[in-house]
Amino acid sequence: MTAELGHFALILAFVVSIMQGVLPLVGAQRGQQQWIALARPAAQTQFMLLAISFACLAQSFLANDFSVAYVANHSNTQLPTLYQFSAVWGGHEGSLLLWVLMLAGWGAAVSVASRQLPDVMVARVLAVLGLVGIGLLAFILFTSNPFDRMLPAAAEGRDLNPLLQDPGLIYHPPLLYMGYVGLSVAFAFAIAALISGRLDAAWARWSRPWTTAAWVFLTFGIALGSWWAYYELGWGGWWFWDPVENASFMPWLVATALIHSLAVTEKRGAFKNWTVLLAIAAFSLSLLGTFLVRSGVLTSVHAFATDPKRGVFILALLVVVVGGSLALFAWRAPKVSAGGNFGLVSRETMLLMNNVLLVVATGSVLLGTLYPLLIDALGMGKLSVGPPYFNAVFVPVMVPLLLLMAVGPLANWKHADLKAIARRLRVSMVLAVIAGIALPLLMGAWTPLTALSSLLAVWIAASGVFQIIDRMKTGKPPAAFWGMQVAHLGIAVFVIGVAMVGGYQEEKDVRMEPGDTVKVGGYGFRLIGVKEAPGPNYRASVGTVELSKDGRVLKMMYPEKRKYFSSEMPMTEAAIDAGFTRDVYVSLGEPLDNTGAWSVRVYYKPFVDWIWGGCLLMGLGGFIAMLDRRYRLRVKASAGVQGGVPA
Amino acid sequence: MKRFLIPLGVFIVLVIFLAVGLTLNPRDVPSPLKDKPAPAFTLPQLAAADKSFSPADMKGQVWLFNVWASWCVSCRQEHPLLVSFAKDGKVPVVGLNYKDQGVDAKNWLAKFGDPYLLSAVDADGRVGIDYGVYGVPETYVIDKAGVIRLKHTGPITPESLQKQILPLVAELSK
Repeated sequence: MTAELGHFALILAFVVSIMQGVLPLVGAQRGQQQWIALARPAAQTQFMLLAISFACLAQSFLANDFSVAYVANHSNTQLPTLYQFSAVWGGHEGSLLLWVLMLAGWGAAVSVASRQLPDVMVARVLAVLGLVGIGLLAFILFTSNPFDRMLPAAAEGRDLNPLLQDPGLIYHPPLLYMGYVGLSVAFAFAIAALISGRLDAAWARWSRPWTTAAWVFLTFGIALGSWWAYYELGWGGWWFWDPVENASFMPWLVATALIHSLAVTEKRGAFKNWTVLLAIAAFSLSLLGTFLVRSGVLTSVHAFATDPKRGVFILALLVVVVGGSLALFAWRAPKVSAGGNFGLVSRETMLLMNNVLLVVATGSVLLGTLYPLLIDALGMGKLSVGPPYFNAVFVPVMVPLLLLMAVGPLANWKHADLKAIARRLRVSMVLAVIAGIALPLLMGAWTPLTALSSLLAVWIAASGVFQIIDRMKTGKPPAAFWGMQVAHLGIAVFVIGVAMVGGYQEEKDVRMEPGDTVKVGGYGFRLIGVKEAPGPNYRASVGTVELSKDGRVLKMMYPEKRKYFSSEMPMTEAAIDAGFTRDVYVSLGEPLDNTGAWSVRVYYKPFVDWIWGGCLLMGLGGFIAMLDRRYRLRVKASAGVQGGVPA
Repeated sequence: MKRFLIPLGVFIVLVIFLAVGLTLNPRDVPSPLKDKPAPAFTLPQLAAADKSFSPADMKGQVWLFNVWASWCVSCRQEHPLLVSFAKDGKVPVVGLNYKDQGVDAKNWLAKFGDPYLLSAVDADGRVGIDYGVYGVPETYVIDKAGVIRLKHTGPITPESLQKQILPLVAELSK
């Protein structure tokens, strides 16, 4: 019964989404108040219906209802309760349901938190969200229904993919999806503005907090995914340039560009068309990401379950949504006025360069991700593009971006004085050069790459600190200013993490018998022994490793090798001792022979947690910026361009 | 007006590629070699370049022939499974190290474990062409008479191992 109720709620949501997508749009065009007024209740109803549907699916999981095919394929009576719940989004159908639930959630949020916006605008925005919802709900209902029954019921479920049985995976997909789907709001604002022909500063101000919110979720989601890969996959890496990772990274890059170009559109009324295009691109890349992940056109470590037939549907959806909005863009954009002029040296120019660099970076990632597909489609063979390509192409684009980051916020709108900026950056420059020379030496070895990274990180951080000091002299800065500074500082922290891990990590793969000691990064690791231990739905070999430094025992570490009953898939659970300036990481390889010897992998990773710490700061910065009070002010009908508030 | 159509144009080209890509399944490729004798070759071994390997050496036993490379991400995915499978020693697994650098390949095996009886080095991919290697990894089941009985494209999963490969091996070993 529960499953049927969920299915029914899903169908109702589909019907409501059609109402939400069509009526308010027509109403806004014709000025019919009743139809315009439908938008808000429709968005809220749709959210409620999908919440019911989602709850039904969750209940089917918790009740071990193996007559539901999706449950039987992704759960098991022995699965711990928490994972039975997170298994709801452990497969294709359920993760799509989560997708539309979040889409509806964003719609409901817009309907509630938009009191200060004109009703016509809200109606259009919600209608666009409704239209996107129609597509995705049809996709679920017609190709990927999570409530499909399988009769007779299976006696036992097949269990959740062991890779996904991890706390990190409870939060990673929801956060990431919140980000992906959140970009639909920025997209909806852009399309609504294109339809109405009112691309102005007010539009930019309305969409800014929403864009930033989506960006914050995306940042946290990607960071969490990277952290999960780091400790769960047991390879010790934190980013693999895997197609699925790239699929989440591209929208992030474009959303970052969008946040910055929205600042220009809001403050100066310039870059309007460009901003709209970025908003469309950001959401399109989210959809493209969904397509790549769900259609199986690319092989990836993440391609847990794919079905090429579904790919056709998503591709069609992609064509309608993206093609339609780009056509709308081509039709409407030529009529948009150019906006304010600005000098060659100005904040506008700086932000333009930021945008160009970020878009180039996105393009290089997109090319690398799709290249195997392009070559395959052209019949030129099969290949895979690996980290060497991405590092060679991506890093050089990031260097000028990071250099500019310290300069941009110092430039005035319209016209900036290059000499004055240089004067204000003198001390930062000296500090950066010192850091570039000293930091790598402190770490033990000077290499050009770590020197450059240290220089850039300190350059950004020092410039930020001086900006804050200067700004405090002229009174209390607004939240947006603090947000920017915190996020930029996050980048500096991130850069340090990446550089130090890249330059100074140590790893050893050794054969160890009980009692053997291996030294890595100044730490001693002694294997005490490996014991068998039962788990709820797996059996594990648990190693005991004694961590010591300079002869002093620090702690015991317990790396595991698990075999899940249902799949016989061996899984590595690394033991990690995390610290502010370093992680040490032990993972068990394979038992080697009958003497109790194991292959053991040991890593010393300096500053690795700064990578995720930096991401956390970036996200926090975005959150602070969202709180700026000017976003909550009622916008006057003819709100013009305001000055005086930093972007 | 025209320049505003550029994004749409770029998108259309992209869609065409995606559509073509959809028709190409990277996983399932029917092999014309099924039930034909495994193509003969003689290649140096990875661990000892002075020794060579030829499929004829395996006559009289059922064996798996697994194509792998250190640059291949999906190989890492199937690798733990191969390692634990090979530990039982029921069926010998021979590797074909495909278009790889010797040093990288050896490091890779040292790092992730070596399930192979031995690996033959196919540096220029010539043997891969004979076998119709489509995407790495690929796995062939070859019977006692040296005939290819199954070709599995893409990483081996616990499911394909249990349902396809193992039953076939058991049957062939009778």
